[in-house]
Amino acid sequence: MTDIFIDIKNKTYQAKGSAQAHVAIKDLKLSLHSHEFVCLVGPSGCGKTTLLNSIAALDNDFEGEISVGQQHVSPKIGYVFQNPRLLPWRTVRENIELVLNEEDDRQIIDTLLEAMQLKDRAHVYPQQLSLGMSRRISIIRAFAINPDVLLMDEPFVSLDAPNARQVRQLLLALWQQRPHTILFVTHDLREAITLADKLVFLSSAPMKIVSEIKIPIAREARDNEKLIEDFRQQLISDYPEINALL
Amino acid sequence: MFLKLSSQKLAFLSLIIFLLVWQGLAFYLNSPTLPLPLTVLNVLIEQIISGELPYHLGITLLRLIVSFTLAMLLGCAIGIVLGRNQKLDAFFDNWLVIFLNIPALVTIILCYVWFGLAESTAILAVVINKIPNVVVTIREGTRALDQDLLEMARCYHFNKRKTFINVIWPQLHPFVMAATRSGLALIWKIILVVELLGRSDGMGYQLHIFFQLFDVASILAYTLAFVAIIQLIEILILKPLDRKARRWRR
Repeated sequence: MTDIFIDIKNKTYQAKGSAQAHVAIKDLKLSLHSHEFVCLVGPSGCGKTTLLNSIAALDNDFEGEISVGQQHVSPKIGYVFQNPRLLPWRTVRENIELVLNEEDDRQIIDTLLEAMQLKDRAHVYPQQLSLGMSRRISIIRAFAINPDVLLMDEPFVSLDAPNARQVRQLLLALWQQRPHTILFVTHDLREAITLADKLVFLSSAPMKIVSEIKIPIAREARDNEKLIEDFRQQLISDYPEINALL
Repeated sequence: MFLKLSSQKLAFLSLIIFLLVWQGLAFYLNSPTLPLPLTVLNVLIEQIISGELPYHLGITLLRLIVSFTLAMLLGCAIGIVLGRNQKLDAFFDNWLVIFLNIPALVTIILCYVWFGLAESTAILAVVINKIPNVVVTIREGTRALDQDLLEMARCYHFNKRKTFINVIWPQLHPFVMAATRSGLALIWKIILVVELLGRSDGMGYQLHIFFQLFDVASILAYTLAFVAIIQLIEILILKPLDRKARRWRR
């Protein structure tokens, strides 16, 4: 299915101009089951975006191997970038339509726009949207292709709290409706605990895995904020080394 | 009072003042080398009615369209390739600098000497003059392409056509418009020299004859028609294209 195996032995950015060569990732091994929701937590600049770009095959310049899904079948990867990356000269609707294939159902665009409360913005150009709205559009764009793998690079930064909560719930609902593997980068431990099956803590560059922690809280109990907070406190006291990574 | 006028009225006023200055100067000098505005207008109308001006202007316009189209197509293609490929760019950069700095007149003379006084040679000379300018502008535009958006297109498996139409072209558009505007101005000027040196029709040829006859009124009449055509191209073609391309901007 869409198991993901990552085995990066070395990823180095070559020296360029005044910037020195920089080892971003060293000996990183990670495997994800299909339909698993994994949150990556680590300090900024540690190479999480590099990792996501490698999985999305945007950056193939590394030693090692990454396999996504079965061989011979290229998986559909939805990528919510750190910045929205909408085409400013296409309307909101056109931006989403562009990622769909001819045979894909256009209905899903309206459904998603409605769910994100952006239906009245469908024919607006992105420059007339707030950053939060643009982020939600880029999330819709990733959902719209019905991805096998969803990569999300701090997607809820700059959404206000109620909006973020709503989009989080929508993400979970969509994920349960049509299961796919999600790799989710965040700084927010509480958010990670609310969403993930498994947390992966990453060290600063050269990036490697510090610890992998399964979250034992049942999905139905995740909206209990006290439970989340208790688990967070316990995590920090059990694993003092992760505190430095947050 | 001056500041209260709308910019449209202001533009009109400046035109009137220009004509008045011309009229006053011509009246004062009273010389056949500077005819009155009205005389020029009469000549213009005469030349239009006789069919001579439309014929020669039409020929020049045709040469302009052909050479402009060729130069833009080739220049855009080369510019995009050089902008995307550092090695090729490093290799051809010197060539580009050489071609940019060869005087137009030299290219024209060499073309006529090497390839003969033919229509295709005239077009070739104009195209060779114009291509380096287009290449430099488009290369700059291609280098400035937004990598984030190109990555997005790759990630979502846009094919080449889709990427070009939706991601690359809209970013190149301002550069293409800049190349178009500077290109039209440049080609107009070069084409007249090409015609003057080696053709027996077109505006350049006519101006050459008027020069030998010292017929300043006709020269000014042709110039007027010339400027009017350029304005028409700007208003009817370039401005609407600009507006269409800018509709998404805030």
